[in-house]
Amino acid sequence: MTMQLTETVRLSSSEAKARAHAETARRNLRTEPRAVRIAIISVAILFLSVFVVLPLVVVFAQAFSKGVLAYLAALSEPEALSAIRLTLLVAVISVGLNLIFGLVAAWAIAKFEFPGKTFLITLIDLPFSVSPVISGLVFVLLFGAQGYFGSWLREHDIQILFAVPGIALATTFVTFPFVARALIPLMQEQGTQEEEAAISLGASGLQTFFRVTLPNIKWGVLYGVLLCNARAMGEFGAVSVVSGHIRGETNTMPLLVEILYNEYQFVAAFAIASLLAMLALITLIAKTVLERHLDEGHDIRDH
Amino acid sequence: MTIEVKNLVKKFGSFAALDGVDLKVDNGELVALLGPSGSGKTTLLRIIAGLDWPDSGEVTFNGADALAQGARERHVGFVFQHYALFRHMTVFENVAFGLRVQPRAVRKDEVAIRARVKELLDLVQLDWLADRYPSQLSGGQRQRIALARALAIEPRILLLDEPFGALDAKVRKELRKWLRSLHHEINVTSIFVTHDQEEALEVANRVVVMDKGKIEQIGSPDDVYDNPATAFVYGFIGESIVLPVEVANGAVSLGDRPLALAADGLSPGASKLFVRRHDMLVGPPGTGAFEGAVQHVRTFGPVQRAEVALFGGETIEIDAPRDRELRAGDRVGLEPRRYRIFAG
Repeated sequence: MTMQLTETVRLSSSEAKARAHAETARRNLRTEPRAVRIAIISVAILFLSVFVVLPLVVVFAQAFSKGVLAYLAALSEPEALSAIRLTLLVAVISVGLNLIFGLVAAWAIAKFEFPGKTFLITLIDLPFSVSPVISGLVFVLLFGAQGYFGSWLREHDIQILFAVPGIALATTFVTFPFVARALIPLMQEQGTQEEEAAISLGASGLQTFFRVTLPNIKWGVLYGVLLCNARAMGEFGAVSVVSGHIRGETNTMPLLVEILYNEYQFVAAFAIASLLAMLALITLIAKTVLERHLDEGHDIRDH
Repeated sequence: MTIEVKNLVKKFGSFAALDGVDLKVDNGELVALLGPSGSGKTTLLRIIAGLDWPDSGEVTFNGADALAQGARERHVGFVFQHYALFRHMTVFENVAFGLRVQPRAVRKDEVAIRARVKELLDLVQLDWLADRYPSQLSGGQRQRIALARALAIEPRILLLDEPFGALDAKVRKELRKWLRSLHHEINVTSIFVTHDQEEALEVANRVVVMDKGKIEQIGSPDDVYDNPATAFVYGFIGESIVLPVEVANGAVSLGDRPLALAADGLSPGASKLFVRRHDMLVGPPGTGAFEGAVQHVRTFGPVQRAEVALFGGETIEIDAPRDRELRAGDRVGLEPRRYRIFAG
């Protein structure tokens, strides 16, 4: 009896092995031969190394080429500090505005039906499809000395172009789609039932928003804000048109990098560039983390 | 709380979801709104809850105008078809939500809220799930939590939209019984929407049958089943034999065969005769309004289902008790015990 039992066990284990072999063989059939796989992977890695990793390494190598002290000195130049300050200020303004606009737009599109909705969705994408230079020029046409509001602004002594408001406006325009685009599909998928449930349970509009809607979309909001911020800090084209390049006043970090580079101040140029590169890396990591949260959100969605 | 709905009309574009609906629900009743999809039953429920607004008509609670109030002020418990539990809150917080969002002046303190939530979770027999998230619950559990959440605000009316629609057959049967006994216990005026006739007939005190934005019939479950008021109800509730008959000169005929059926009050022309399968009584040939030959017979437990080719050209299926065995080839007379003839 015992013998028989062990026999069966042995049989079934060898059977299992055979089945596993067959399974691998079948799987192998579905994939490419080893040589082809290696070739494809190598090409991909080589391409990424040359076009993505190498430039990143070069930025940091150049920035530190004269040592850490020179690097720190370059960053503590008043001009550099002012550019960093301006970039942060512009990012705060444009991210803040786009957070509000994005939420409102996504709310309107996801939760209400109204005529012209499709048009509005298309319009939200406009800043992505227009060249940033044109986005900047629009503001010159509106607020410039010869522009529509130019004389009125001059009379009232309001400076928009070649000053912080112009830079913030251009940046806001260029980065508008990020928050809205992150939220629209999320809010559309979630529908309005939870909000309806909250209201029927006696919640006010604000209570519904802060206790039900916002917690449901918080990862999407963060995701949109993150991408919006990265673009706001890195924006070059639109800002270049409206900034006027006044040193120490209206130069953002990307603009300063170009100026310094053109003046052959490579260490200084790459030092600022390295900050932008670091921002990109941090954004990338945060983006990965947020995407994981968003995916989890998908899993627990209950219908 | 009595609910009264008068001449309610709601249009979505050119589609009339509600086309002049009148309904009165008495205090403590458990009413089912039964109808196929698109019949307007969910729209009616949402209007009563204040989640939708009619184009015209009246809704009153205990005689007071309910349309003057928003959903927030109506104190109506609403259980959504897909439950709409707050996915980022635990079961406990879901049930507590309605208590926590009350204005500060009337809000209970934390101890009282905890006690009330505990009480509700006990009521739905799920107190052990308090710390779970909705995603960790089964469909039946979510359903019961949604109900506990709706009951937390001590609603004057309880509205349930397809409460068992998304559940599998076994859970659905259990929950039906449970909902009935729960209603008995808390005795709050309740309306639920369903497209499942069995559910409506089994759970409700009164059934409202709807089609195309209109009410076809209101009655007790027995009433709607035994005495359908319209051709639609005959076709929608239970299975019926439908025979194309002709009404002319005060007589009813099937094909070229006159039938011994009263034609009083029927308008002449092509009509349809509706009769339940089990309401066709089998007798010897020559008795009854119809006559035919049995084609074949299958038995299902206590009944035998016979396919009978009627003289006059139609083949029907009838359910007969097994006290008299039928065999293929038998000639039988059939008398409809209860039937209705509708024009068209």
